[in-house]
Amino acid sequence: MNWIKSLKKALLITLTFMVICGLIYPLVLTGIGQIAFPKQANGSLIKEDGKVIGSSLIGQQFDEEGHFTSRPSAVGYNMYDKRDTDFAGVSSGSNNYAPSNPALIDRLKESLKEFEHQNPSIAKSDIPAELMTASGSGLDPHISVKAAKVQIPRIVNESGLSTQEVKGIIENATEHKVLNVFGEEKVNVLEANRLIDRK
Amino acid sequence: MFQILLILLIYLPLVLLMGKYLNKISMNEKTIGERFFSPIEKLIFKVCGIQQDDMSGKKYFLSMLAVNFMMVAIGYIILRTQKYLFFNPNQIDNMETTLSFNTIISFMTNTNLQHYSGESGLSYLSQMIVITFLMFTSAATGYAVCMAFCRKFIAKSDVNGNFFVDFTKIITRVLLPFSFVISLSLIWQGVPQTLQKNTTITTLEGKQQDLAFGPIASLESIKHLGTNGGGFNGANSSTPFENPTVLTKIIEMLSMMLLPGACVVAFGLMIAYRKNKKSWIGKQGAVIFTAMAAIFIVGLVTVYFAEKAGNPLITQLGMDQQAGSMEGKESRFGIAQSALFTTVTTAFTTGTVNNMHDTLTPLGGLVPMFNMMLNVVFGGKGVGLMNMMMYMLLAIFIACLMIGRTPQFLGKRIEAKEMKLIALCILVHPALILGFSALAVATVGGVDGITNPGAHGLSQVLYEFASSAANNGSGFEGLADNSTFWNVTTGLAMFFGRYTSIALQLAIATLIAKKAVNVETETMLKTDTPMFATFLVAIILIVGALTFLPALALGPISEFLQISMK
Repeated sequence: MNWIKSLKKALLITLTFMVICGLIYPLVLTGIGQIAFPKQANGSLIKEDGKVIGSSLIGQQFDEEGHFTSRPSAVGYNMYDKRDTDFAGVSSGSNNYAPSNPALIDRLKESLKEFEHQNPSIAKSDIPAELMTASGSGLDPHISVKAAKVQIPRIVNESGLSTQEVKGIIENATEHKVLNVFGEEKVNVLEANRLIDRK
Repeated sequence: MFQILLILLIYLPLVLLMGKYLNKISMNEKTIGERFFSPIEKLIFKVCGIQQDDMSGKKYFLSMLAVNFMMVAIGYIILRTQKYLFFNPNQIDNMETTLSFNTIISFMTNTNLQHYSGESGLSYLSQMIVITFLMFTSAATGYAVCMAFCRKFIAKSDVNGNFFVDFTKIITRVLLPFSFVISLSLIWQGVPQTLQKNTTITTLEGKQQDLAFGPIASLESIKHLGTNGGGFNGANSSTPFENPTVLTKIIEMLSMMLLPGACVVAFGLMIAYRKNKKSWIGKQGAVIFTAMAAIFIVGLVTVYFAEKAGNPLITQLGMDQQAGSMEGKESRFGIAQSALFTTVTTAFTTGTVNNMHDTLTPLGGLVPMFNMMLNVVFGGKGVGLMNMMMYMLLAIFIACLMIGRTPQFLGKRIEAKEMKLIALCILVHPALILGFSALAVATVGGVDGITNPGAHGLSQVLYEFASSAANNGSGFEGLADNSTFWNVTTGLAMFFGRYTSIALQLAIATLIAKKAVNVETETMLKTDTPMFATFLVAIILIVGALTFLPALALGPISEFLQISMK
């Protein structure tokens, strides 16, 4: 039977490549990755006093007024309170609001109101929209330099640091463009807040 | 804009080199590393019982179908039983029936539409042995068919090439070695590659945070190289673990641009060598490449300026929107790198996203939709070139009717039988998109999925089916698409979008391969001139625009007018 023969051949090919591409390739890569780049391969975790406080690549939500705030997240940065049982499980994504969706404007107005309340000295026209809009992944670890600078007066007020010190922290937590061309200037929020806490 | 230009400049030499390499593999010539690859391939041929005999177009197609069928069957079983298998540290449950059907069709057809979320829907074993595996094999299937298609245009007989050999060589000589190197560079930049389970950490402010890990880097490289596009995580390449830096973003983007462009170069070289001319791409190849690049650039510029201009409704709130429309985008990429990625992922039919397309401004969202509706701007896994050839033959036919010549390409006559198939092939794609969209907006099951009000709701539907039929896989992800209606309809659109086109295109190539070659004379229509490239672009735009303009007017264009008038 011709077609049985060709199905058998198809089965052999499927199994062979399943082993090569689905097992050998990822497992060998895991081995090499773990040896050559152990930190990155395990999620670029950062420690403070021996305890893991996060990953340098994954954003966190900051509620204390003496900390820089991150962008809003549709998944709440996968964060929850210890006693909280509502957490739906780890995920990623955005609200997927269309530019014309009234829900987007309502959410923005809400964030804007809160921000103005916490930062009374800032004029509305100086608030960068990128700080009020949610990222695509809901895990964005960065904010723009402008979005960090606009928070300086509040942080100076709440943390007791001088304006100069806060500016220095922003400087230190800023990641620059690659070769001065590719990408954007941005501030790693977790890094900046860690520097605040250290002082 | 400057950084975009630089990346495109880096791309050009890479694609020419890759095209040359691909051409050698297609023509079964010796390549670099012959002594390394050859024994491995011989072993695979021996284990699988593959004789390297030449196949007719029909046999080639049936062999492809048999292999694809088997992969679907086994992959489906694994998805349905992943709970009981190993490498499942996060205790993920089995996948539901219609979702498994949708997922397996989606990955076999190289679409990678995802109605599940990777973090909660798949075990590490499924991510590796089903998803990563199908990413290799579906891409290899596409390129193998494309190689056969190209060879038939320049061949003197239909019987040439062996599916199993093409398929194997694409994996061993292109996909595996390149994926390996790309993966390592991604790990270096911060993409995790581990089998360790997800962990919970205590954050700086004392809250709990869950971090999702997995063998991400090994999937990430082939996801782009094979123009697959299905993410390890729900938010795909916008999540920092899949795409942590601007460098990984450039690497991922160049990977997905590499092979579709190289197919055009390889085809150009085949035609040039036939005339015994040495060159980098050949005149004919340059015409096709330029036509594709022209549409690509127009799209790119449109997205860039639409996003840079921002959302007028946000401007009305009184904030500073100089950075552009950043809703759904990542700070590390900004507008420029997001616009570029958006255009590339839909032109090269990958479907990976580094920003949420649902949140793009109306005109910024129109471009990716239109790219998939045309499905000829480079296109993924070799299929783009084949679609482009359909338009090319159509353009030749129309041009020759206008000037009163016999339509022919490479000295082979294009006659009624081929033209019927070509017309059918060009019509299948819009029929799938518009037919299913009409069905969706007319039924409760379809309308239930729409999450954004107004004109944008229709855009969500159109985008989903354009993405399915073009085997792209990106989405206006707000669509609540994990329901029986959406799983089944998009599954069918992906299936027919893939296999009907391939069957028709191979049939056309088979007819052309069998034709006698006429001696080329001065009076023939020249198809390798800038004039013809312009004509080709015009035909694509006229046919594409006429078919889709009414739908686009009701969707993104209406939304654009709505928010700019307010």
